[in-house]
Amino acid sequence: MSQTRTIAVAMSGGVDSSTVAAMLRAEGHNVVGLTMQLWNQRRLAGHEGMPEAVQGRCCSLDDVYDARRVAETIGIPYYVVNHEERFERDVVRPFVEQYLSGRTPIPCSLCNNHLKFDQLLIVAQQIGADALATGHYARVEFDDRLGRWLLKRPTDRSKDQTYFLFGLTQAQLSRTLFPLGGMMKPEVRQLAQQHGLALAQKPDSQEICFVPGGDYKKFLDAYLAEQGEALPDTAGELVTTDGQVVGEHGGIHNFTVGQRKGLGVATGSPLYVIQIKGDARQVVVGDQEELYSRTLRVHRTNLISVGDLQEPMRATVKIRHRHEGAPALIEKSGDDEILVTFDQPQRAVTPGQAAVFYADDVVVGGGWIA
Amino acid sequence: MRRVYLDNNATTPVLPAVFEAMQAYFGEHFGNASSIHHHGQETRAAVERARESLAALLGCRASEIVFTSGGTEADNLAIAGLTGTGQHIISSTIEHHAVLNSCKHLEASGCEVSYVPVDGRGQVDPDDVRRALRPNTRLITIMMANNETGVLEPVEEIGKVAAEADVYFHTDAVQAAGKVLIDVKRIGCDLLSISGHKMNAPQGVGALYVRKGTSLRPMLHGGSHERSRRAGTENVPGIVALGRAAELAREAMARGDLEQMSQMRDRLERTILGEVESTGLNGQGAPRVPNTSSIYFDCIEGEALVIALDLKGLAVSTGAACSSGAIEPSHVLTAMGMPPERARGSLRFSLGKQNTPEDIEFALDLIPRTVVRLRELSPIYNKSATGY
Repeated sequence: MSQTRTIAVAMSGGVDSSTVAAMLRAEGHNVVGLTMQLWNQRRLAGHEGMPEAVQGRCCSLDDVYDARRVAETIGIPYYVVNHEERFERDVVRPFVEQYLSGRTPIPCSLCNNHLKFDQLLIVAQQIGADALATGHYARVEFDDRLGRWLLKRPTDRSKDQTYFLFGLTQAQLSRTLFPLGGMMKPEVRQLAQQHGLALAQKPDSQEICFVPGGDYKKFLDAYLAEQGEALPDTAGELVTTDGQVVGEHGGIHNFTVGQRKGLGVATGSPLYVIQIKGDARQVVVGDQEELYSRTLRVHRTNLISVGDLQEPMRATVKIRHRHEGAPALIEKSGDDEILVTFDQPQRAVTPGQAAVFYADDVVVGGGWIA
Repeated sequence: MRRVYLDNNATTPVLPAVFEAMQAYFGEHFGNASSIHHHGQETRAAVERARESLAALLGCRASEIVFTSGGTEADNLAIAGLTGTGQHIISSTIEHHAVLNSCKHLEASGCEVSYVPVDGRGQVDPDDVRRALRPNTRLITIMMANNETGVLEPVEEIGKVAAEADVYFHTDAVQAAGKVLIDVKRIGCDLLSISGHKMNAPQGVGALYVRKGTSLRPMLHGGSHERSRRAGTENVPGIVALGRAAELAREAMARGDLEQMSQMRDRLERTILGEVESTGLNGQGAPRVPNTSSIYFDCIEGEALVIALDLKGLAVSTGAACSSGAIEPSHVLTAMGMPPERARGSLRFSLGKQNTPEDIEFALDLIPRTVVRLRELSPIYNKSATGY
């Protein structure tokens, strides 16, 4: 990056994106800081189970304040852009609906696809930036041989965020920079310190930015109450895999595949949620062994390192962010559908999560687990 | 980088003559205006001179001026100081948040508020105000000039409605002061708010005209400052500055400076509307203050345009900014019946005393091509251009 470019940095007010802005500025680029206002953190305040004021999370005034201070420290223009409407439509609503239909959604991927690398990238280009840089731990490279932009795993494997980025298109990747891809987190903090950023030791954020305290059930209640909608009654039966009714449950949104606690059924051996049948309002429970499956299908796929999956392909497949990945064969099984067959059965394949395919460090693509 | 500031409805620079007038009151003349001794007498005299200058601008008596910390405090004092539980207030849908949220707050404590609508040009119909009257109506509060569109409201007719019904009439004249003649007698208002920093005095000072005989409950309790209507040691440098700014505003109006400003504004407006397609003037056909143009650009996100222009040195704005600095769709433009997308694609250009014809040419060189670039990248305007 020797030549001077105009680069927009998506600034969350955290250490990573702040350091990205400082690094690019130090390299001599024209840097513009942008923060997306996505959710009014006070919106559900006062609803049962919601805190009155939320501190230290994305879109809180504190984080905007932190980002603004960083921009001022490093001497770059900084702006807040409001995308609350799109965020609610493309992230919050689907999040709520997925839970209500018995799935376990990943709002961060939706936000990346619909907000950060769509709306914000457009704003970045509109204001004259060549590229958008973020604080994600991932790498993006152009492969001359393939003639394609590649998304690759970062040096700091413990911070790998490629799982959430599988939806990026070639056009999006071509205008994206992940300057932290080759760094370890402690180095990033050190660099933040060197650049005089007051937030160098600010803790990492872990939870979903719009769900205070991580309690999604309380969020669903509060959001639906605010919308004047009743929580749909999805109470029903707890059944075993062979169809035997062993109890009742208060609503399918309270369950996630693989969950063990809170089933309210006492049996000899521990029971797990194996499957959630949204239409029948049934929660299927069973033994640990029954949690394992060899195949899964994904829809709404996106391929990155290949244009199409003409032949079956060997890949390492991750089925949730913290899954280490398992060897599998991936093959096209329909229009916008890919069948994944693992060498060894995998625990708790969860509808609503993503399956992301890797060839070594390279993200082949991915899709949403049906 | 050359920077041109066309956001004078947000705030204005302190004029050099104003700055000069106030400087002595930070150090040389530092007395508390309530003190008996020489130091207090000096500042008391300065405060009273400023009061007279402001009274001359508004056409009232000096004793009818209450200095405040700004327009927001003046609006709050006027509204909360006159009304209480069980009483009815008439306001409009396009007021500044200082008025709207004062009304909302009072609604929560047992006041009733009617918000009269505006027409497509942004004007209140005085007959709507008349029709909104109730036996328990205590106050009508409707602004003189709108901050986003610059549209002037028919305050004189509303003043007549208030007088006939014998209810109090307050008008927020923050965006009118120094831009149009204000005569509280002609308007027929009982209270009128102004803000220093919208008329080349510093931020942190304002005033409320309170017609003699109006019994106003103070909001701040303390000493008997401002004839017991607003406790607290006077902000002497700010008040002196406001007085000087009022004198300069009168002189400028007498000289015909506003005519020049109006010509620059018109050139800016006509050229944008002529050169850029799919644009229009908000408040078309309504009388406006001479410094403001609110223009919509279809298929544009106003905030992206503001950022793009700022990065090239031109400062303008969209609607009101919220606390984080993000932009909310304008309640003023939506109240005028504008769809939210068009409201979000609207920009406000507001000129000030410091602007020159060269500033306008700078803006005109920048705006059309920036709009074209934004539209090229807009998924709504041209889906094929971005490739995704």
